[in-house]
Amino acid sequence: MREFPVSELVAPIREMCIKANRVLPEDVRKCLKAARTSETSAIGVAALDDILQNVKIAETDQVPMCQDTGMALVFLELGQEVHLIGDLEAAVNEGVRQGYVEGYLRKSIVRDPLRRENTRDNTPAMLYLKLVPGDKIKLTVAPKGFGSENMSRQKMLKPSDGLEGVKAFILETVREAGPNPCPPTVVGVGIGGNFDKSCLLAKEALLRELGQHNPDPYYAGLEQELLESINRLGIGPQGYGGLTTALAVHIEVLPTHIAGLPVAVNINCHATRHVTEVL
Amino acid sequence: MEHHISAPLTKEQTRQLKCGDRVYLSGIIYTARDAAHKRFVETLEQGGELPFPIEGSVIYYVGPSPAAPGHVIGSAGPTTSYRMDAYAPSLLKLGQLGMIGKGKRNAEVIAAMKEAGAVYLGAVGGAGALLAKSIKEAEIIAYPDLGAEAVRRLRVEEMPLLVLIDCEGHNLYEEGPQNWLNEQQGS
Repeated sequence: MREFPVSELVAPIREMCIKANRVLPEDVRKCLKAARTSETSAIGVAALDDILQNVKIAETDQVPMCQDTGMALVFLELGQEVHLIGDLEAAVNEGVRQGYVEGYLRKSIVRDPLRRENTRDNTPAMLYLKLVPGDKIKLTVAPKGFGSENMSRQKMLKPSDGLEGVKAFILETVREAGPNPCPPTVVGVGIGGNFDKSCLLAKEALLRELGQHNPDPYYAGLEQELLESINRLGIGPQGYGGLTTALAVHIEVLPTHIAGLPVAVNINCHATRHVTEVL
Repeated sequence: MEHHISAPLTKEQTRQLKCGDRVYLSGIIYTARDAAHKRFVETLEQGGELPFPIEGSVIYYVGPSPAAPGHVIGSAGPTTSYRMDAYAPSLLKLGQLGMIGKGKRNAEVIAAMKEAGAVYLGAVGGAGALLAKSIKEAEIIAYPDLGAEAVRRLRVEEMPLLVLIDCEGHNLYEEGPQNWLNEQQGS
């Protein structure tokens, strides 16, 4: 058994919140540069140039790349051999609070969805906890903007809708979203499980490194096919028209019930921010 | 076409701006997003006055991140505009001539824009660090309790924008993708 005081999570979470908002990960950057090369619309190329220049300014000037510094998503993969000492949720929130206050990040969280009073420190974080074998803690911080979150959808399809139904729903979601989620986007898809697990799968799909496919060749092929279909819609960078509507499609799946075919689509903007550390 | 114009705007200026044109905007603009728009409309319903002169005004849909020491403002890119659609027509009727944001607008807003001779300008979404460079002064003038959503008066210089919807209702979000698809079929 490894003893781990939760207070040791505060500083890494603080730093990860700040870094994630200032430095776009290399995988996303590489995809954006490749898109800039293949884009065929002049207005789309100009938008991608602005996006790439913005990434550079954010890193050089140490400012957030986007004013929507997001809801702080904190994913903890906790080894079963780790004994956490202290209040985990409180420690995670303290890390987020310090990161957002000290890093001059925007406070975008309201305490109650209807009464809407800002909590002024961007807490509480959304905490995703998963128990895994081992004695390590894998910590991922992914600030998530709501321009793209608002364009996400879930639908309980019928088994008879099948593959074609799934493809149609994903394409319809991206088409309806149009310019709103700040394309080029990353499209996270969860298929199977139940109502809520399909949404969680779609969210987890967004954490996968860009350029990596689902290890199952069936779904890797579907990811490629859907990306090509999405990039034939014509929405383009920022919705101004062009080739690059999405940078990647990531699909995650789970077993499901004989009566159901849940599908969820969680969209991320071109500022697909994520930082991971193993403690 | 490329235009270098200064806000507040006049209808003579907005008439020149066509869907897809580049605009470099200077002058005084105001920030407001969801919560501030709600208060504007409630204020008007109660017979009150708006916190800035609406005639010819340009409203930027933005909730900037806080300014670090030595900076005028933090990151300051546009938020998605459709959430202001419920409120925008009331302000356009009072003479507002420009909106800066990103994303689609509904039919009521576009009808109100045509009526008012107003334009919808776009800033690149997610390019908040880049856009902040064109903001030279920022001052909170109303609703400080709203934090990032407070109303700010900004002085901007050569802010890089695009005409998304012009005052005749031509819409880049429809025409841009359609033009690209037509080109693909032609090639």
